[in-house]
Amino acid sequence: MDVISVKGLTKKFGTLKAVDNISFQVKENEIFGLLGPNGAGKTTTIKMLITLLTPTSGEATIAGADIRKDKRKVRDSIGVVFQDPSLDDQLTGRENLEFHAILYRMDKSKRKKKIQDVLKLVELEDKADILVKNYSGGMKRRLEIGRGLMHEPSVIFLDEPTIGLDPQTRRHMWDYIQKLNTQHKTTLILTTHYIEEADYLCGRVAFIDHGKIVALDTPNALKEKMGGDIITLKIKGDLGKDIKKLKGISWVKAVSAHDDLIELTVEKGNERISEIVMFAKKHGIAISSVDLRKPSLEDVFIKYTGKTIREEEGTWRDRLRVRHMLMTGGRR
Amino acid sequence: MMDTNAIYVLWLREMKRFTRAKSRVIGILVMPLFFLLGLGLGLGGLVSHVGGESYLQFIVPGIIGMSLMSASIASGFSVIWDREFGFLKEIMVTPNSMASIAVGRMLGGTTTAMISATMVTIVSVLVGFQIHYSIMILLAIVFMVLIAMTFISLGLILASMITDLQGFGMITNFFTMPLLFLSNGLFPLSQFPKIVQYISYFNPLGYGIDGIRGTLGGVSAFPLALDLAAMVIVVVAMASFATYAFSKSEAGV
Repeated sequence: MDVISVKGLTKKFGTLKAVDNISFQVKENEIFGLLGPNGAGKTTTIKMLITLLTPTSGEATIAGADIRKDKRKVRDSIGVVFQDPSLDDQLTGRENLEFHAILYRMDKSKRKKKIQDVLKLVELEDKADILVKNYSGGMKRRLEIGRGLMHEPSVIFLDEPTIGLDPQTRRHMWDYIQKLNTQHKTTLILTTHYIEEADYLCGRVAFIDHGKIVALDTPNALKEKMGGDIITLKIKGDLGKDIKKLKGISWVKAVSAHDDLIELTVEKGNERISEIVMFAKKHGIAISSVDLRKPSLEDVFIKYTGKTIREEEGTWRDRLRVRHMLMTGGRR
Repeated sequence: MMDTNAIYVLWLREMKRFTRAKSRVIGILVMPLFFLLGLGLGLGGLVSHVGGESYLQFIVPGIIGMSLMSASIASGFSVIWDREFGFLKEIMVTPNSMASIAVGRMLGGTTTAMISATMVTIVSVLVGFQIHYSIMILLAIVFMVLIAMTFISLGLILASMITDLQGFGMITNFFTMPLLFLSNGLFPLSQFPKIVQYISYFNPLGYGIDGIRGTLGGVSAFPLALDLAAMVIVVVAMASFATYAFSKSEAGV
């Protein structure tokens, strides 16, 4: 069953099409990701779905309720974790949760129990009675995520849930989000510009760029579309010439380059490394290092949009570091 | 459609914030107390009588009115503040009507304004203000609540239209000073040209202060029934418009 159904949704700000005719469905108990660079239209899409922004055209339903005609019913079934802070920092953490619970008409005994549960889940039990203005960024984020789920909505919207968090806390958040999905049977839709986040959490991912969905599938299916592994060569010398030579190899499917790196898409990459090294030696290509990896979602993103998702933020080394961190379970 | 849970929780929040923000409490009280002591006692020594009563007796209702006005308009600040800090979004995605959120804010603002007005009244009595008929205090409270609701509504209306804090501060000053001067609150307008007096007939603060003066001090320019009728009409109109304007405003997305 589709919990969220979006058809031709469009939002214009003046002449700018922030969201351009997008359509997708989210199934019950799915974690669905909207992945794209900053300014791609993710947050605008979310704001329309949570009834804070009226679409220019198109339609959408959340749990069967129309986002234009039946706002209140939509609001009844959703929980939202906003990208920007939305806590009252003059109140304590507990009071923020209590405020929220009353707004959702929970009776006193249920409220008390639920607040305790949520505080435990986001590990803020011992900080519950200090004013939020004295919380760290990570604590605030955790409180907001806890608050978004405390009224047990059937659909939760998470807009950049881990933005600005340190890697350890981010990892923690991912665990919460997964727990929610498996234990509470909650449908989640999240936006992110962190590739690893989408890859790790989402059942299906939609790439969004310039307000349009350019690809939509499971992370694995998207990666398979790349057709092979990626061998990265760090090169000393003239990149342009070397690229030309490498393109001449029959089993190399694609060649791309940035900085002093050349990336080759190759099937069964692990069996080809020695051949490449030999080829390089023969043709005078000075390789200083070789790296083999399975294609990442980022590679897929580049394929579809012609650019990296956060050129301004992440370098190649950063990405490797994060990937390494993920494989070793969050420890550096 | 009214959601009592939302009304209650917004009122409760205002109370919690009020008791915690010591500087705000002091800020709301300092100005009226300066006026009371500076004008009431200082200038009162020079001005012997205003319409047959002492200057202190004349000015206290004006200062109570002033404290209500400034405390009430200030509650519009919290709307802009909430929008600025994203908290308004959190309220707006909950299944509650914007009208009940507006009403909750109005009740919270009225309560805090009444707390400061009560304190000003107590200090006034301590420095020599005489309450003529103690039973009339109840009616005086009605007038005070009506003044508070008028200016909370004004604050909400302005906050729904103006999104930046500085602009809001400028505009409220633009409203409050003329309203105060044209209210008969601090000095009688009988010395002024007729045209000024006509203009003052459109000033709700004037009727409110006259009502407080009539109930607490026993002397008023208009019959109390007229003061009351004028204030009720103003409050109904302003509060309805404020609720409407707030419902139509955006969360700052």
